[in-house]
Amino acid sequence: MTNALTMGSRGEKRRTATTAARRRARSARPPWDEPPTAVGQAAKGLTLGGTLAVILVPLYIIVLTSFSTPGAINRAGGLVIWPDGLTTETYRQMLSDSTIVTALGVSLGITVVGTALSMAVSVLCAYGLSRPRSLGHRFVLLLLIITMFIGGGLIPSFLVVTGLGGYGQWWALILPSAVSVFNILVLRAFYQETSSELIDAARMDGAGDWRILWSVVLPTSRAVTAVTALFYAVGYWNSFFNVMLYMPTDSQKWPLQYVLLTYVNRANGLPGSVNSGFGSTHAQTAPLSLQMAVVVLTLVPLVIVYPFVQKHLRTGVLTGAIKG
Amino acid sequence: MSTAAPKRPAGPARLNWRTRLRRDKSLLLMTVPAVVLLLVFNYVPLFGIVTAFQEYDPLVGVWHSEWVGFDQFQQLLGDPAFWASLQNTLYLSFVQLILFFPIPIALALLLNSVISERIRNFFQSVVYLPHFFSWVLAITIFQQMLGGAGILNQFLRQHDISTWDIMTNPDTFALLVTSQAVWKEAGWGIIVFLAALSAINSELYEAAAADGAGRMRRMWHITLPGLRGVIVLMLVLRLGNALSVGFEQFLVQRDAVGHEAADVLDTFSFYYGIATGGYSYGAAAGLFKSVVSLLLIWGANKLAHAFGEDGLYRK
Repeated sequence: MTNALTMGSRGEKRRTATTAARRRARSARPPWDEPPTAVGQAAKGLTLGGTLAVILVPLYIIVLTSFSTPGAINRAGGLVIWPDGLTTETYRQMLSDSTIVTALGVSLGITVVGTALSMAVSVLCAYGLSRPRSLGHRFVLLLLIITMFIGGGLIPSFLVVTGLGGYGQWWALILPSAVSVFNILVLRAFYQETSSELIDAARMDGAGDWRILWSVVLPTSRAVTAVTALFYAVGYWNSFFNVMLYMPTDSQKWPLQYVLLTYVNRANGLPGSVNSGFGSTHAQTAPLSLQMAVVVLTLVPLVIVYPFVQKHLRTGVLTGAIKG
Repeated sequence: MSTAAPKRPAGPARLNWRTRLRRDKSLLLMTVPAVVLLLVFNYVPLFGIVTAFQEYDPLVGVWHSEWVGFDQFQQLLGDPAFWASLQNTLYLSFVQLILFFPIPIALALLLNSVISERIRNFFQSVVYLPHFFSWVLAITIFQQMLGGAGILNQFLRQHDISTWDIMTNPDTFALLVTSQAVWKEAGWGIIVFLAALSAINSELYEAAAADGAGRMRRMWHITLPGLRGVIVLMLVLRLGNALSVGFEQFLVQRDAVGHEAADVLDTFSFYYGIATGGYSYGAAAGLFKSVVSLLLIWGANKLAHAFGEDGLYRK
């Protein structure tokens, strides 16, 4: 019994030892490469560390300030660098603020509906163009690619959307930018590489193109689907200029980015900030912690999704770069 | 591409188009939604370009607006505000080319020399992140760090040093927007260079090392030639887009630094077109930009071909 246990654990140990060795081998210095000098090593570390700090430190300060008590913010004279009294009160306050909650709903709605629509349209189009020697695919492809180089410009687009009655309408925030030719080309490049044996086998079984797309192509290209969806979702989540064009006055329809622009970046007062001692009057700027909490709020969806998609980013971008 | 599916056998010539249509109708049907959206929102606006040759009146529409020929362009070329925004655009493009362009290459080289895979992955996940931030968010972060009430001036005030106004100073605005662009996009920019680096055959390095080539010589004779194609491609793209220095970034900061410094060609179209109702004037500015940009892309490609590279499209 004891023997078996020790055997077992020894076996385990050996296995972990080999994986560790393999990992070391994969990221080991090749024998012909001379080790770097101490100065070179230090300079490299400083540069890379400094780069990370330039991105991460501001985010840290903003997150920390959003969690800080009014006292801590007062003592720091503004943004907080060292934790000195933490509270989640700001977030409670933010989530009971009708302006921000409405904006959050608008942003989520636009992002979810827009991404679903964009993905449906793009996946269909990409598959429709991905089968070799199909009728008319060259012409459609040309039609798509031309739009990457020639466009009417801002004013004609604006006139078309308003001419179709888009002013103040939700669809004006989604439809004009629903199709990204770049994303379609990325998807198409992947679909072209889907094993033709698999597709042929499905066809033998009597599957049509719709069936093949749904049961063969989509399941084998999850990574690129995820990356494309992220690109679309980020686009919708981040957009604010179309709001400026098509619904600049109706603050009930503003997404989070526009609220961020108006009340944090331009530091206008928050209207209708209920049950807060600070932002209840129109002229008064929201307290710093609340402003920073809004910044954090715009980051949250990205932080949730990013880890799942991040490792696939390279494939998506490079395919696009090569084909586009 | 390599093996032909049984339903789409070799050579379209053997089948007449009716048979092919029956075979491929679902494929064509699938492209319809995207094509319709592009037709409405990308191709119809192309006809809207005619407004640049009109005195467009929203009340009567494109069909009944008065034709004025090249009047809008004539007025444009006599408008100091237009020249100022063109000048700003070119200047910013130049500054970005000098200060932005080399950074992703340098970072990619540096990162590529890091042995630990874990560090490489972590670094990449962090530096890609700001690419997904909106410009509003990125500028808000800059404001909180460098603005009048930001962490830098907070520190200066507490130590009785005179404050340093970065976010609203028109004189240093070009440097500010370039550093914002670097902060947001330089990390993302390393992806293509990292890919090119990993495509270089490591046996080349080994052979060079065996021949006694040191780190610098290997860099010069193997790494840089390996990156040449990508660098030229990126340069072509940068030059072709010389008139597009960004839009939202300037829109957000225009109030803070004033229009003299922050107006670029794209924002000019917006402020002098939509915001003031001078649609035709804005459309003319937009058309000017599109035409020059097309010429730039074409010229940049010629340049790439002259260097013996593919550029955006092959010769």
